[in-house]
Formats: sequence, C-alpha cells, structure tokens
Amino acid sequence: MFELAETQAVTMRYGAFTAVDSVDLTVRSGEVVGLLGANGAGKTTLIRLLLGLVRPSAGVTLLFGSPPSVSGRRRVGYVPQTLGLYFDMTVRENWDFTVAAFGGGRADMPSNLSDVKDQLVGTLPLGTQRRVAFAVAFSHAPDLLVLDEPTSGVGPLGRARLWEDIRSSAEHGAGVLVTTHNMEEAEQCDRLVVMVEGRVAAEGTVGDVTGHRQVVEVRSADWKGAFEVLDAEGFVIQVHEDVLRVPSGRREVEGLLERRGVRATVTTVPANLEEAFVAVVSAGSRG
Amino acid sequence: MTWGLQSASVRFGQTPALTDVTFLLEPSTVTVVVGGDGAGKSTCLRALVGLVALSTGEARRPGRRQIGYVPATGGVYPDLTVDENLAFSGGVYGERGATLLDKSSATLERFGLVDAHSRLGGHLSGGMQRKLALGMALLHQPALLVLDEPTTGIDPLSRSEMWRIISRAAAGGAAVIVTTTYVDEAQRASSVLLLEQGRVIAQGSPSSIVGAIGGTLGVAHSATRPAGLSWRWGRAWRVWAPSGPLPDGVEPLQPEFEDAVVIASMADRRGEQLDV
Repeated sequence: MFELAETQAVTMRYGAFTAVDSVDLTVRSGEVVGLLGANGAGKTTLIRLLLGLVRPSAGVTLLFGSPPSVSGRRRVGYVPQTLGLYFDMTVRENWDFTVAAFGGGRADMPSNLSDVKDQLVGTLPLGTQRRVAFAVAFSHAPDLLVLDEPTSGVGPLGRARLWEDIRSSAEHGAGVLVTTHNMEEAEQCDRLVVMVEGRVAAEGTVGDVTGHRQVVEVRSADWKGAFEVLDAEGFVIQVHEDVLRVPSGRREVEGLLERRGVRATVTTVPANLEEAFVAVVSAGSRG
Repeated sequence: MTWGLQSASVRFGQTPALTDVTFLLEPSTVTVVVGGDGAGKSTCLRALVGLVALSTGEARRPGRRQIGYVPATGGVYPDLTVDENLAFSGGVYGERGATLLDKSSATLERFGLVDAHSRLGGHLSGGMQRKLALGMALLHQPALLVLDEPTTGIDPLSRSEMWRIISRAAAGGAAVIVTTTYVDEAQRASSVLLLEQGRVIAQGSPSSIVGAIGGTLGVAHSATRPAGLSWRWGRAWRVWAPSGPLPDGVEPLQPEFEDAVVIASMADRRGEQLDV
C-alpha cells in the first residue's frame, strides 16, 4: 500500500468561514475509504482540494506524490453527485469524448451499455445514467477513484453491482474515496473518516468508529407509551418494528419507564453505525 | 379504519407503472416502500392519495382533510414565508383563527423553524424545506401520513430527526407510509414493500422477510467470485444457495435484512445473477 492522495493539515477558508480545518487524509493503493459527514461538514471542499480544483489556505495536498496538476488528474476517475455527463450527447459520444480527453487509446465501451449507446444521456432513467457515469469514470483505468454519493437512487441489485466494480478496482491497485450518507454502504469501506464542521471527528474501521458505544433496546407491549416517555426526555430513538433503540444506559431507561408505569424489557446492545455517527456529530459540533 | 391499495395496477399509456399491488395501512404503523429510481414508489403513493387513476383495483383512503401528503420534491411555496406556508396549508385543511396560530407556532417549535419563520420558503436550505413541508403536512394531525422520499440526499443527522418525526406521528396514532431508496431505513418499518419495475417482490415485516428468504446464506473470503449466486460485501463475498448446500469453503452466515433484500431481488431475476 502506498499513498495515492494525501492532505497534510490542509485548511480552506472562505472569508471568516473555515470549510476545512487542518485535515490529514490519506488514500492508499488498494483501499476503499469512506468520507462521512453532515451536509456542510466540508466533504466536497476536501475533495476539491485533493483534486487541486481549489488552492488551500494552508497545508499541503499531494496527488500521486506531487502537488495536484492536470497530469495527476488524468489518473483520477471522479463521479460527482451530478454525474458529470453531457446530457445532450449520446452514451457513445460521452464515452468517446472522455476517453479522448484522458488521452487514452481506443477503449471498448462495456457491453452492458451497448443497448443504450445511441440514446441521449438526458433521456435515460437515472439508474442507467449512473451506470454510464461509472463506466466513463472507469474507462481510463484510473489509479484513484473519487465517488460522491455513488449509489443514491439505485436499487439493491444495482448497488451490489456498483460495489463489485468499486471493490474490483481496489483489488487491481486503485485507491477509492467514497462519500456517502448510506450507512450500509459505509460499512463496506475499509476505513472511515467522519468530518464535523470541517474537522476530522473520528476515523478508523467501522469497529473503531462505533467503538464501545452501546444503546439499549426496549421491548414493550405498549411501545407507543414507551416511545412517548423516552421521546419527551429528548432521546433520539430508532424504532425498529416495535423495538425501541435508545442511546442511553439500561438503568436510566428502566427507571424512567418504571416511574411512568410502562412495563418493558430493557437490554444493552452495541450501537449501530448510524447511532455512532449521530453521537460523534453531536459531540463534535461547536454550536 | 384501514386504508391502502387492493390489487391496484396503473398504466401510463402502454407502460405498466404498477402491477397488482396490495397493502393495508393500519393506525400506528409505519409502512416503508423500498426500491430504486423508477421502481414505482411515487406512483404507489400517488395512487393511494388519488393523484393518478388506477386501471384496475381499488384505493382506500380517508377524506382529503385526513391526509398529509409530501411529494418527493416541493411541497413548499417558494414565494411565501414559512409562516405564510403554514397558515395557507393549515387553512386548506380547515384550521382557523387561534387554533391555526397555536398549531403553527407548535410546528415551528417542533421542527426547529422558529428563527426562520419570516424567511421565504424558496430561500431555505434543502433540509429545512423538507422539514417545513413535513410540518405543513402534519399541522392538521392527519390520520394518514404519506411521505415520498423524505430522506433522499439528506445527511444521517437530519435523517434521524426526520425519522423521529415519523415515529412520533405513528406513536400518536397515524398510519404512515414512506418511500425510500435506503434499504437500512426499511428496518424501521412495521411493514415493508419491496418494489421493482412496479411489482412487489417481497412484502411483510422486516423480520418476516428475513425469515422467508429460504435457502442458505454464506460468506466467502476469496479473491475471485465464488460459484453460485454471489455479491460483494466489503472485501468478502456473500453467497446464496437457493437450495442444497453452500459451495466448498463458504461459511454459513445468519442473514440480515440487507441480505434478504438482495436475495429477494436476485430470486426475482434468477438466472441473470447480478448483471443488471
């Protein structure tokens, strides 16, 4: 594993606003790194810094060991949330244009796009557009893939298929940086970086991020009664079917329910990634 | 009182948009409709609230004033202020005078919109617009709450807030139906409807869907795709044997809801594997 992209204490200020605050991020060959954070946490700015699309206010950015440049960007496959396709060109024209722009030879278009090759991208369903965007981004066998919310709006099989491509690229030596709001997707990454208000608030494997956090599960014949008591206390409760998951301790929850006459069984279980994320973000927010 | 669709089909010209869909919505339950773009999720909700006509089947819903419906985009008047949006939609649903004012200010409180009350709807961030639209739909305490992709594109923090509001509505007695492309959200449902190309490919409580998949699930730690029906999970592979034993070297694994959803989709397209 070697570093493909790296930021060292990189900071980006827009006037008085600090979008990215002294962030160290590394993406190595062969790994899939998930970049998580609330909207406005600085994820997109960090990506723009990494690709050299904006100059940092402070700190260092390295793309393939050098300051970001056009030749470095040629080795990157980037799929923005807006897909970055030409909507008034056909699939074939999009493909040819990108392959030419990246200075590649004649790369063959994947067979799963042959049935739509002559259609205008703008007329295709969103799922198919996403498939085209991926194919185009993968066309020049990039060394670094940067994917912004890659599977938003994609069905379960389509998502599995895209992750197979992502994983296969990593196994061929590429490094992958993925931003996602989808926790199930985040769980498939080798490493996570959680940003809060421009800073890195947590990082590591899924296990590192969830750590030893625990929540309690509340089972009651009167789940509505239990929900009302605990919701009024301000807990952010997840209701799974009729089981409540509450970010609190067993004794406290038992006590609250008992005082309000709600009979329930309360057990301690490990927190899931979403619960851990909410805890990290709440703890890391300045305001 | 129970609402829902009964053997409902919708066609747009020659194209079937929804085929033979049935579901029941009981008070204090949350039904989640899961599927990718174009699976028929919005059509399902629009058929329920009466915005598209059924070609066959039946839709049962309460009177208009008992429904709160938030479409996937919009739902907020961009050139009205937050206060005006609430007053207007509250008025449409028959709220008047002091009651309307009380309910509007309670909504502002509950949805964290107090500071934004005089801003134009169109000037709010995407997340705040969603909250306002939901506030407008809930102001008259509807018996049936219908939400089209309320959490698409919003971050996990806003998503957990959104679900808090949904759970409160259900705990308060509403029947709620929500569409999503996030499979993990379906685990919060009392009942799930998995849609693909307008058809229901799995239906029931999350645990009953997991229980119903049949076959055996396994995990393989190999560099290449294992034999049989398989998909990636992290660095490993998930392998599903619909009948008979798992291939050699594949360890059995207790299926989770996400696995069940992939398996249901695969079973629906058997033979095509993951080449979708």
